[in-house]
Amino acid sequence: MSDTTDIKISTRDFDLFYGGKQALRGITVDMYRNHVTALIGPSGCGKTSFLRALNRMNDLIDGVRIAGTVTIDGVDIYDRNVDVVELRKRVGMVFQKSNPFAKSVYDNVAYGPRVNGIRDRARLDEIVERSLRSAALWEEVKDRLRDSALGLSGGQQQRLCIARCLAVNPDILLMDEPASALDPLSTAKIEELIFELKRNYTIVIVTHNMQQAARVSDYTAFFYLGELVEYNRTETIFTNPRQKQTEEYVTGRFG
Amino acid sequence: MWIREEWEGQTCGGETMSEWQTHEAGERIVPRPYAERFALPDERTGNGWPSPNRFLRHRPLAGKKRFDFGEFAAEYVIRGIALLSICAIFGIFYYVFQESRWAFRGGGESVQETAGAGSRGNENAQAASGAGQEEEIRPQTYGLPETAGESAAETGASGVSREADAIEEGRRTSLHSETSGNDEPVTLERLLLPNDIIDNEPRYVWQPISVVPKYSFVPLFVGALKVTLVGISIAAPVAILAALFMTTFAPRWLREIMKPAIEILAGFPSVVIGFFCLITVASVIQEITGATYRLNALVGGIGMSIAVIPIIFTVVEDSLSTVPRHMREASIALGASRWQTAWRVVLPAAAPGVFAAVILGIGRAFGETMIALMATGNAAQVSWNILESVRTMSATIGAEMAEVEFHSVHYGVLFLIGTVLFVVTFSLNAFAEFVVRKRLIKRFQGR
Ligand SMILES: Nc1ncnc2c1ncn2[C@@H]1O[C@H](COP(=O)(O)OP(=O)(O)OP(=O)(O)O)[C@@H](O)[C@H]1O
Ligand SMILES: [Mg+2]
Repeated sequence: MSDTTDIKISTRDFDLFYGGKQALRGITVDMYRNHVTALIGPSGCGKTSFLRALNRMNDLIDGVRIAGTVTIDGVDIYDRNVDVVELRKRVGMVFQKSNPFAKSVYDNVAYGPRVNGIRDRARLDEIVERSLRSAALWEEVKDRLRDSALGLSGGQQQRLCIARCLAVNPDILLMDEPASALDPLSTAKIEELIFELKRNYTIVIVTHNMQQAARVSDYTAFFYLGELVEYNRTETIFTNPRQKQTEEYVTGRFG
Repeated sequence: MWIREEWEGQTCGGETMSEWQTHEAGERIVPRPYAERFALPDERTGNGWPSPNRFLRHRPLAGKKRFDFGEFAAEYVIRGIALLSICAIFGIFYYVFQESRWAFRGGGESVQETAGAGSRGNENAQAASGAGQEEEIRPQTYGLPETAGESAAETGASGVSREADAIEEGRRTSLHSETSGNDEPVTLERLLLPNDIIDNEPRYVWQPISVVPKYSFVPLFVGALKVTLVGISIAAPVAILAALFMTTFAPRWLREIMKPAIEILAGFPSVVIGFFCLITVASVIQEITGATYRLNALVGGIGMSIAVIPIIFTVVEDSLSTVPRHMREASIALGASRWQTAWRVVLPAAAPGVFAAVILGIGRAFGETMIALMATGNAAQVSWNILESVRTMSATIGAEMAEVEFHSVHYGVLFLIGTVLFVVTFSLNAFAEFVVRKRLIKRFQGR
């Protein structure tokens, strides 16, 4: 594996509870800078919970408790001195279900920059255009920037959410099934985009599509029932996994 | 049994509905028919019918239709009640509207009435002579005989209780008795244009009980507007901010206490609020502002806001909590603070509801009577100073309707005020509902 200085995110014995129900048990994992890490595993195994733990979105849910540590760039993000708002600017998130605001396409993308104090019209225009181009959406929406984002198709909304996230210039991108609602063409675009983005970002992506995980990721983590069963280079996970469960899952005969 | 055959033919027969069966490592995955995998023993047919529900049997599509009398009756009862309530609302409106015709006709019946009541005080005498004039001008305005009888009966019933007031009014008006009194029907001019000159300035005066009654709508309308504006400009921000706080910042335990507490306030008797304003708020306000008049538009407005806050709060809170959670999360995840999220995402997304809530509040404040009656000082004057006493439209009805002569001009004018109140609140709500709300929904939901 890589040199330890390249570790961007690292968790140690991380547990997460929803009320009395434990959703994650003892997750210990290091994720590397400028690499794509894929999280795979059957539905309900805790991928989303883990992803949301990385930018503390779980704080918004009543009754969530955690144990263990998550460090980003060597800082324990659950420390009391950490500014959560600042953390979330650094760690952007694309949600499993696309969630544009009830605003125009333009205002959706400009929202992040605006709350971060960018008011200048020309700068906003530039940010919006570049973000939309990065998310492979510009050509489709350039004539309807003023229309409500809720009028876009599901796939367009998903890409809009990606664009919105890129517009705040995060270091880390957390993507929860970003291509689950997309057609193969847009999926390919998103995958290319991820490939491009990893030069500048550290990306963690949840996917149910094994081919996609194999195509886009450098490392893959297999979760099962709230535990991290196996974590390794993607080639290793897909060609020569150590655990039987992993092999069964990636070859599609999990049972 | 035709349905089963249909199903089998369509889906369960071959490979049409199949799952990928898993085999040994390396082997190709082979689909297996659906019916085979779910082969449940079926009592009826003995074959592998896969439905998980063997208790529900379908009736033929083209057979006798089911008739459930209970359902049928319930539907018609509900329909009838709904229609009835709509009719009742329009019926009340029609009654109020048509009673206001007396304002434009003059007190034809008051002649008989006052005669029957025994000509008490100057005012009644004036009314009688006014009616006399009226007769010369527009003889056709005399009501039908049965209306007159009705009104006489009515006065007989309530006459005793009004005696004290009549004496009191009589004393007041007797000062002006040398001018010839009249009970002329009002015209729009008399309602809306300056109707008096004091200190060489045209004035709008509401003096229904005087030798020359003056019915200017303007001070009442201005009064109602002032109290409503004061009330709503306190209530709307407070209620909206409270609702925002409750949905975004408050911890759950606080929310569970505060929300019902504020909603219970909505059912608070307004007479208690009026009482509270009259005694406590008025003193505090006078202390702070040094107002000349203890009861004024500000005190009344504060009372209104107490009455209106729970209403606005409830509606705003409802519409804020319908803003999907994931929209909030999207904003938080972009590094917006909770305040920015509430202000820039949640509130705009709930804008139609917030708007409707404020309109509802305005309507309520405009029509609120008891608080206006108790806390505003009830002096009909035109001024934009909120520290002066005012009299609102609804308070005027509340104060004067019990003492007015049946079918007099004054009576008609009070009903006219009622009509205006009705129309104003109705059109406010209609505006909220049909124009702005639809447009906002379109803007915010991309439809
Ligand atoms: N807000 C919540 N409150 C209580 N339990 C929750 C909550 N969110 C998730 N869980 C539980 O935590 C477990 C993990 O859920 P999570 O959403 O992380 O699964 P997932 O791996 O993302 O599944 P999927 O692939 O279907 O998205 C599940 O058992 C789920 O029921
Ligand atoms: Mg998930």
